[in-house]
Amino acid sequence: MYQIDPERNRLVVDKLKGQFNEAIEKHEMLADMLCISVKKEVIRHCLQFLRDDKDLQFNFLTTLCGMHYPETSQLGVVYHLHSFVNNHRIRIKTATHISDPTFPSATTLWPAANWMERETYDFFGIQFGDHPNLQRILNVDEMTDFPLRKDFPLEDQTREDKDDSMFGR
Amino acid sequence: MAKELETDYWERDLVHTPEPKEYNTLNVGPTHPATHGVFQNVMLMDGEFIVSTEQTIGYIHRAFEKIAERRPFYQVTPLTDRLNYCSSPLNNMGWHMTVEKLLGIETPKRVDYLRIVIMELARIADHIICNSVIGVDSGALTGFTYIFQDREYIYEIYEEICGARLTTNMGRIGGFERNFSPKAWEKIHHFLKTFPAKLKEFETLLVRNRIFMDRTINVGAFPADRALAYGFTGPNLRACGVDYDVRVINPYCSYEEFDFVVPVGQNGDTYDRFMVRQEEMWQSLRIIEQAIAKLDAMDDKETYFAKDPRFVLPPKEKVYNNMEALIWHFKIVMGETDIPAGEVYHSIEAANGELGFYLVSDGGRTASRLHFRRPCFIYYQAYPEMVKGAMLSDAILTMSSMNVIAGELDA
Repeated sequence: MYQIDPERNRLVVDKLKGQFNEAIEKHEMLADMLCISVKKEVIRHCLQFLRDDKDLQFNFLTTLCGMHYPETSQLGVVYHLHSFVNNHRIRIKTATHISDPTFPSATTLWPAANWMERETYDFFGIQFGDHPNLQRILNVDEMTDFPLRKDFPLEDQTREDKDDSMFGR
Repeated sequence: MAKELETDYWERDLVHTPEPKEYNTLNVGPTHPATHGVFQNVMLMDGEFIVSTEQTIGYIHRAFEKIAERRPFYQVTPLTDRLNYCSSPLNNMGWHMTVEKLLGIETPKRVDYLRIVIMELARIADHIICNSVIGVDSGALTGFTYIFQDREYIYEIYEEICGARLTTNMGRIGGFERNFSPKAWEKIHHFLKTFPAKLKEFETLLVRNRIFMDRTINVGAFPADRALAYGFTGPNLRACGVDYDVRVINPYCSYEEFDFVVPVGQNGDTYDRFMVRQEEMWQSLRIIEQAIAKLDAMDDKETYFAKDPRFVLPPKEKVYNNMEALIWHFKIVMGETDIPAGEVYHSIEAANGELGFYLVSDGGRTASRLHFRRPCFIYYQAYPEMVKGAMLSDAILTMSSMNVIAGELDA
């Protein structure tokens, strides 16, 4: 378990609410980490604010990954930020409808986001607006599908020699 | 007397040189003996010097994140083996600890110490590979052939504990599958007794070797602020002078009880990366010795898993003779036990840096999303910036000192 610091968590939420008020949709503790849902429109400013605010200083982008929520037809991006100064980790989530999966890129804030966003594009088809080089990275360039979306079958669905029903699949 | 160059050759802007120049394109990879892995670099060369580099990765992509959405937790462990395959037990245990966090399993102290022994052995095995390969790429093959015996010996220790060598699939959620055998302990003690002398000898071959120093000092140097912006972690970041170590900053597995030093470098060059890894091996030995001392001081010599029946396989003799145990075994292996909904992020200090697991469960039999934070994948993207203006032979050395493992890079 990471060290949970309720005061720091409250400070982060208060500061973000003060800056972006209703654009902060939800905040909750999931296991040992504060998780904040942010509207897509302010995500870039929110990340920049978290990075540059002198009390928060989330200077390190730990990781960034895509999410697919089929029940709400949404695609999302999850950022894990880490403040080395305060030893504090948070998770920032944002989501948008699958018909227009465009998010602002975080590459200007952290160059590390470059490949992470390319990977997210590669697997989820999420577009990052001003990304310098948004191409497929791990899959072949000719691929047209986005394999980590839930509707992409893991195996060849035309196979008839396998019956998974008894395993609850 | 030769006229001195007006500008420093290393500083000049290679792309916008005033006189028309002809550049060559050089393909390094996808399979090139010097890259120690399957990845391609298309380099634009000005003679021996690199103007720019374009990377292509994904040659051994195996879609682990997708496969993991279909597999119960125990079947994900073999996937983690194949991330950084030079130190599989670290990945296995990182994954098991992530699941333990989701399930809220508290592991007994003895399990923590046993894990630390194995994890630090794995770190040593990984650093042996990286450091001896730096030697090979700078032309010193002797150290490599010499110290690989000890890596081999660590694999024998794995073999005694789990039966496998490279892709270990070691441990279980909540602990280990069996207690360490007397033979395993014997081998661990033998390793601790003989390895320091060999490591010392390996060090004397390279550390103050004039050729090695000339080839590595100030080669592939990277400043700390750029390294942080690029998401460097592990020895590569520590070589730049940032003392970030997950074992210290977010202790897991009782690391807070151990006394060890986090070595840091100064310039972030190849030599510093080598030295940081070298010192980490010594520190790992210290940690193992402390863990063994703690284990010896314990009265309990039998506990090797957490008391949580949901994910601990029953003993084999019961499985073969007892119906209940057989059903239970089947349920666990096939992933029919209940998993609570929730999401966790857990990270460990793997040999290459912060290895993170972001696990989202919606209460089904498998994870609904599993994302690996692979340190290689994140720091390898800084490679073009690191080798710009460098010579090709130095770029090869820079790459091997970054310890880019194709399995971890491509997932």
